[in-house]
Amino acid sequence: MQPSKRLCHIGSMDTPAIDGWFTVDDDTVHLIGTRCAECRTVCFPPRTGFCPNPRCPGEELVPARLSRRGTVWSYTDARYPPPAPFVAAEPYTPVTLAAVELAEEGIVVLGQVKDLTVDDLHVGMELELTAGPLADGPLVWMWGRPRGPGQTGAGAPASTGGTGGTGGTGGTGGTGGTT
Amino acid sequence: MSVVIAGTGMHPWGKWGRPFAEYGVAAARAALRDAGLEWTDVQFAVGADTIRNGYPGFIAGATFAQALGWTGARIASCYAACASGAQALDIARTRILAGLCDVALVVGADSTPKGFFRPVGGDRPDDPDWLRFRLLGATNPAYFALYARRRMALYGDTSQDFAAVKVKNALAGSLNENARYRRTVTAEEVLASPMVADPLRLMDICATSDGGAAVVLVSEEYARRRGLSTAVRIAAVSTVTPTFPNTVLELPCFATDSTAAAPPPERAFRASIAHAAYEEAGLGPADLSFAEVYDLSTALELDWVEDIGLAPPGEAAKLLRAGDTALGGRVPVNPSGGLASFGEAIPAQAIAQVCELTRQLRGTAGTRQVVNARAGLAANQGLFGHGSAIIAIT
Repeated sequence: MQPSKRLCHIGSMDTPAIDGWFTVDDDTVHLIGTRCAECRTVCFPPRTGFCPNPRCPGEELVPARLSRRGTVWSYTDARYPPPAPFVAAEPYTPVTLAAVELAEEGIVVLGQVKDLTVDDLHVGMELELTAGPLADGPLVWMWGRPRGPGQTGAGAPASTGGTGGTGGTGGTGGTGGTT
Repeated sequence: MSVVIAGTGMHPWGKWGRPFAEYGVAAARAALRDAGLEWTDVQFAVGADTIRNGYPGFIAGATFAQALGWTGARIASCYAACASGAQALDIARTRILAGLCDVALVVGADSTPKGFFRPVGGDRPDDPDWLRFRLLGATNPAYFALYARRRMALYGDTSQDFAAVKVKNALAGSLNENARYRRTVTAEEVLASPMVADPLRLMDICATSDGGAAVVLVSEEYARRRGLSTAVRIAAVSTVTPTFPNTVLELPCFATDSTAAAPPPERAFRASIAHAAYEEAGLGPADLSFAEVYDLSTALELDWVEDIGLAPPGEAAKLLRAGDTALGGRVPVNPSGGLASFGEAIPAQAIAQVCELTRQLRGTAGTRQVVNARAGLAANQGLFGHGSAIIAIT
């Protein structure tokens, strides 16, 4: 695992595959959701208009960076190339997917997994947000191995309990840090 | 006052490559014959819309009415993804209960393309169903696989358990002349089939099929007047939506609702679908003789067994291993053979479930017959938050 080399790929020259769902600042990737100014309900993808909480009259949904770490709710892969509009790499290697639970936001977010296969994953392990290119170039958010201990994104630590031992296993280079 | 299921009919499931309306008309004619009624007796017809990956295609009510021959009957069309059939049934039932008609026909039929369901063509970056393929390559089986993996992690279910569901349903399907797959299978065959979305293999995942199903509903008073059997009646139709926050990652979504402001509901969505049907029928899981559930994957059948209350969370595999949910068991699940034997013909599927409920409750299911069947539940969930559960009784 070579964070600095990998992160070179998340350059500002890469076009995001979708606008407004994630940002890459320096080398740090954040999902962009919205938080209701009234009841604090978080939405991803970002939402406009009205709060989805049926008991909240809120109409001000403020863009918010989501926690960068979470725990695996579940995971799978695609052994066959998914159909269009997905663009499959040639030769095709299975796309790994993980649904990751962000504790602070109380939300599970699906994403591709970078540089890991289903054999490397288990339910409850900690992953960290990164980004990587689709086969035809544009950048998309991805879940990856945590880069060193203790790094969290916006807000409080994303995981509480149960995963404490996994944080240090990610950055084998020991470089940690994201700045 | 209740609504009577006077007749049912199906066009066999398969990959026939003909227009969906043909299957629907064949099923409708079979249902009318079964009821002993004519198309000209029908006052109201509802079509469950055929779809492509979540989008309504043809206007089914009018399509079927025209194909059967215009009679001036009133019609409705409805779209609720996999739950379309249940909503169509509910519309017909409600109209009868309101006293606005006595005889209603409900029809659903589909012809499907080969392979993965895929989104409608063209660039549609505002559409989550298009985006999940574009950004993630997340097919429907990917979501089924997430649920399956979660069962393995939480409850210790194994690939052998999932294979056993397929073996069970294939055996039932081998006895059903309307099923697409009539061959029994072994666990070894399931476990040797290609991995599609880990941990689910090809034979764990339901196919996409052509097929058609129809039911004729009548008021009790009309049935008496015409000398029709009132043996099988609808006790409940549940078409509930989720309660916020829905904490299950549903296809085609990128994320769940957030629990930051509101705690999760007492019942998760699938459990709430069955619960509403039980409440309406005044019955509980212990009253069921059998159930038809939406086994989009083998593992998902185990989720449903718990969601409809036949087992506590995590214990469905225990029932399966004991043979309780097999034909001849304590409470057979998917005695029709389920989606494992049919493959999914989306707008027809919830109606096909009702066809099976009716046959079992009439005692005319032949070698698949559930002994002394008194009450059956059919459960299903459609894309975009469409619940579907129907209880029929005799």
